[in-house]
Amino acid sequence: MTETSVHWRVTSKKNNGATMEQLRTIGRELAMGSQGGWGQSKEFLDLVKSIGEARSKAEEDRIITRELEHLKRRLADPDVPRRRMKELLLRLVYAEMLGHDASFGHIHAVKMTHDESLPLKRTGYLAVALFLDERHDLVILVVNTIQKDLRSDNYLVVCAALTAACRLIGEEAIPAVLPQVVELLAHPKEAVRKKAVMALHRFYQRSPSSVSHLVSNFRKRLCDNDPGVMGATLCPLYDLILEDPNAYKDLVVSFVNILKQVAERRLPTSYDYHQMPAPFIQIKLLKILAVLGSGDKQASGHMYTVLGDIFRKGDTASNIGNAILYECICCISSIFPNPKMLDAAAETTSKFLKSDSHNLKYMGIDALGRLIKINPDIAEEHQLAVIDCLEDPDDTLKRKTFELLYKMTKSTNVEVIVDRMIEYMINITDHHYKTEIASRCVELAEQFAPSNQWFIQTMNKVFEHAGDLVNIRVAHNLMRLIAEGFGEEDEGADSQLRSSAVDSYLRIVGEPKLPSSFLQIICWVLGEYGTADGKYSASYIIGKLYDVAEAHPTDDTVRAYAISAILKIFAFEIALGRKIDMLPECQSLVDELSASHSTDLQQRAYELQALLGLDKQAVESVMPSDASCEDIEIDRNLSFLNGYVQQAFEKGAAPYIPESERSGVVSVGNYRAQDHQETSAHALRFEAYELPKPSLPLAASQASISMPTTDLVPVPEPSYYKEDHPMSRSQTSSDSLSGEFGLKLRLDGVQKKWGRPAYSSSSTPSSSTSNQQATNGGASSEVGGSISSQARESSYGSKKQQSTEVSAEKQRLAASLFGKADRKAQAAARKTSKESPSTEKVSAAKATPQPAKEQVTPSAPPPDLLDLGEPVSSNPPLADPFTQLEGLLGPSSASPVVSETPASSSSKTPDLMSIFSDDVQTGATSNSTEPSLGVNVVAAKKGPSLQDALQKDAAARQVGVTPTGNNPILFKDLLG
Amino acid sequence: MIQAVMVMSTQGKPRLLKFYSYQPPEKHQDLVRGVFQLLSARPDNVSNFVKVDAIFGPGTKLVYKHLATLYFVFVFDSSENELAVLDLVQVFVETLDRCFKNVCELDIVFNFNKAGETVKHNQPHTEVNFRAFQPLSRDQSFYGQKI
Repeated sequence: MTETSVHWRVTSKKNNGATMEQLRTIGRELAMGSQGGWGQSKEFLDLVKSIGEARSKAEEDRIITRELEHLKRRLADPDVPRRRMKELLLRLVYAEMLGHDASFGHIHAVKMTHDESLPLKRTGYLAVALFLDERHDLVILVVNTIQKDLRSDNYLVVCAALTAACRLIGEEAIPAVLPQVVELLAHPKEAVRKKAVMALHRFYQRSPSSVSHLVSNFRKRLCDNDPGVMGATLCPLYDLILEDPNAYKDLVVSFVNILKQVAERRLPTSYDYHQMPAPFIQIKLLKILAVLGSGDKQASGHMYTVLGDIFRKGDTASNIGNAILYECICCISSIFPNPKMLDAAAETTSKFLKSDSHNLKYMGIDALGRLIKINPDIAEEHQLAVIDCLEDPDDTLKRKTFELLYKMTKSTNVEVIVDRMIEYMINITDHHYKTEIASRCVELAEQFAPSNQWFIQTMNKVFEHAGDLVNIRVAHNLMRLIAEGFGEEDEGADSQLRSSAVDSYLRIVGEPKLPSSFLQIICWVLGEYGTADGKYSASYIIGKLYDVAEAHPTDDTVRAYAISAILKIFAFEIALGRKIDMLPECQSLVDELSASHSTDLQQRAYELQALLGLDKQAVESVMPSDASCEDIEIDRNLSFLNGYVQQAFEKGAAPYIPESERSGVVSVGNYRAQDHQETSAHALRFEAYELPKPSLPLAASQASISMPTTDLVPVPEPSYYKEDHPMSRSQTSSDSLSGEFGLKLRLDGVQKKWGRPAYSSSSTPSSSTSNQQATNGGASSEVGGSISSQARESSYGSKKQQSTEVSAEKQRLAASLFGKADRKAQAAARKTSKESPSTEKVSAAKATPQPAKEQVTPSAPPPDLLDLGEPVSSNPPLADPFTQLEGLLGPSSASPVVSETPASSSSKTPDLMSIFSDDVQTGATSNSTEPSLGVNVVAAKKGPSLQDALQKDAAARQVGVTPTGNNPILFKDLLG
Repeated sequence: MIQAVMVMSTQGKPRLLKFYSYQPPEKHQDLVRGVFQLLSARPDNVSNFVKVDAIFGPGTKLVYKHLATLYFVFVFDSSENELAVLDLVQVFVETLDRCFKNVCELDIVFNFNKAGETVKHNQPHTEVNFRAFQPLSRDQSFYGQKI
């Protein structure tokens, strides 16, 4: 690369021509310094030049390696003159910058800091600061020099030492220099005072405790008569204030005064920058005020005047002027809100957004994001600008806009926003950002989804494009949702939902490169519901599943899901009395898996084989159709075995001794103990798997499915263990069969828990009579939930949980959710009613460019706030920006029902307040809006009880997705 | 907090590197490469701000300025104002200009020690440097010293 001497045109400062000229002269002198025109020897110039001309990285490396060898020799020479030494050191720095190790020269840099001559000393410090960090061994040598130099008479030496101290003094060395640094705070030279403040700040950052007694010094320095020192003090104060704003409330007035003086140009003109008085100081002050005024009405009161002044004087022509204005907006959005200030801020924001500069647009979007937290309505007038930014080719701007959209997502606009996000997500390659945006999509969808249908579709898209990047937990939530559907009352819609899911998955399953977690979902859904609606034949589905298993020979999890799904299909077919033949390739798959290295796959394969040999009744009870959501009650004390145990005792059997009480016996028994030996006890597990005969009653079904625990689908790392193992029952005695199979699944680990003691205690509790309770009512489902969650964790052994404790907690949660739910729903309703008039206003205002809009508006689908059961097809993103806008910025249309409700009148004015006190007025509006909206719609759809349906609906609103009442935890998990 | 100052050529060669939090020398080149790839992919007429979570850790942003054959890059975290940092870049360039009189890339190449000195003295301490630049114009003795 040849270095062309292209010169930048740097806008030179217009002020103070004399100073400029002087500086120039100095610069020239510096540049002409000594030989070679740049003050370096020929050698050095040649080096730099040859590197500049190097054609490849390899060539560059060669040059530097040669140079380093040369330097090593030269540095070792004791007779090098000091000036030469300096240059050698600089060449070292250069080599290190290009990525080569120059550690052999570090000691010479340290030596140079001892030098008498100031330029050499400074070069030494420069090199040392670049080479070393505070943990380096050589630093101890430098600390000595720094100590000495801090006492120097020459203030430039002191400055150099302070600068080096900032970089090199670590926590342990702070006490060595601290007293001197504190002394220097009163140095007559302001440059020294300033650097001392900086050094002290740095020490504070390194180790707050070591200088905590000195923080009052910062306050003192704030009153320094040199503005430079005062400005430097703002930085540490900002840090301190961030930590504890209350301790510095007394300074609010001082800060405001300083800011006022700065803004009024009381500082020397040399602090001006582009005609702005000390802008960096202003910005720092505004930042500090923002922290101090946050939520403090009184403190904020002091600030309004000066903020107003700054706004008035604001200079939108220069970059730095805009920087100050932006900081003002940040400050205003942080302190106690004042309508006048907010207006000014909104106005400036709109100027930013309308600007042509991408930088300013970026700042505008950011500012808007801050302001809508206070007043969501502000966004409305900037709809177009926001859309523009979204369409902009500038990636940074786009991302910032998505951030804004993320912040303003509501249930009314979630569809558009998430669609947009997914669309964008598909095209980005940056792994890091893709993960982030995928998780945001998931979060928004879970939080605001208008319908299950939509939710499932959205999730499918996310999984398809970023499946490996989202938390596996999300996949389980999706499966759960498909299994649960809309709740009990509406079986028709449920099956419709499922068959549409099956349809879409069958379409997609053949595609290459699907993420693993998505394949798991597909397999599970196909297994569970593939044949449910009779559209597809069992052998077709099995063929597809076989393809999946074949296509992913290395992914055990996917294979496990696939084989289990095949098993389920077989089970359903047998239960229906149909006979299906094992396809030959499927048989070979099963054979292959039976010999798999993975015990899990092996077990599943054996289960499948065993299941094929069972008769209809047995299969029906092992694998009931669509039972993944059923709840199971488990008799944890195994009381049904009491009779058996009694008998055994009578026959003279020895009582069972828990493992913990046995000594030295490697036993298969106790579960709790395994907890601690998880890994060491691995062999035990193998034993259990390798002897599949005495019935490990593994139950089928997606364990987690309807479980209302907080750790909903807690995904233990080896994730496929929570997949169910519908277990072969071939050798179980038939009497136990009926009892045991009555229970519907979801038990995987649990059974093992029973099974194992069974081995060791020599009683054979091969069956368990647990009652199935097919309800989703409170208590039973809680028990089932807690147990199954435990079960999953305990695939390898787990902690005991008190199920009672969990259930109490859950009840409380449910109660609080339902209690709050109403309010939230009403708030939502109120919002709609409130916003609709303004949307109309906006649309009216914009009617000119597009008169057709009037027609569009009424025909747009009403906000689906109102309907739940019916899957509403989302507004497809249209080309017309106006319709998009409607989706984005409020309910899509002024739905007449809503706007006529009495609520609209009451909620017009105090929307500012509503942020702070949502519940205050919802109480008033609630009764009027909610019933009027909810009753007809909801009652028509949901079960007979109006009250129930309403409540459920409200809960669903709160939660976002399903009205089953146990969903909430999912989101708590997500959001908490 | 400003975390790093980098000056690199439009070919991706580092001209000046300054990290305010210690980075092992091996990592320098990776960072330079990462930043360069990011910047070279950006067209003209887009904003000067880029999020660099992937390179410098969560919450970090970068402001760059493309002048002639050089990129001036400042990396900082959420506590700074992007526009202000953009101006800081400007101040930095102006300072160099004053130092070298009509500064060009060659000046930095051959006098990186002086340029480094400029950065060092003005930015030893991150945040502070905003204003630290300002007294520069007055503090002539500072540059009066031969390096």
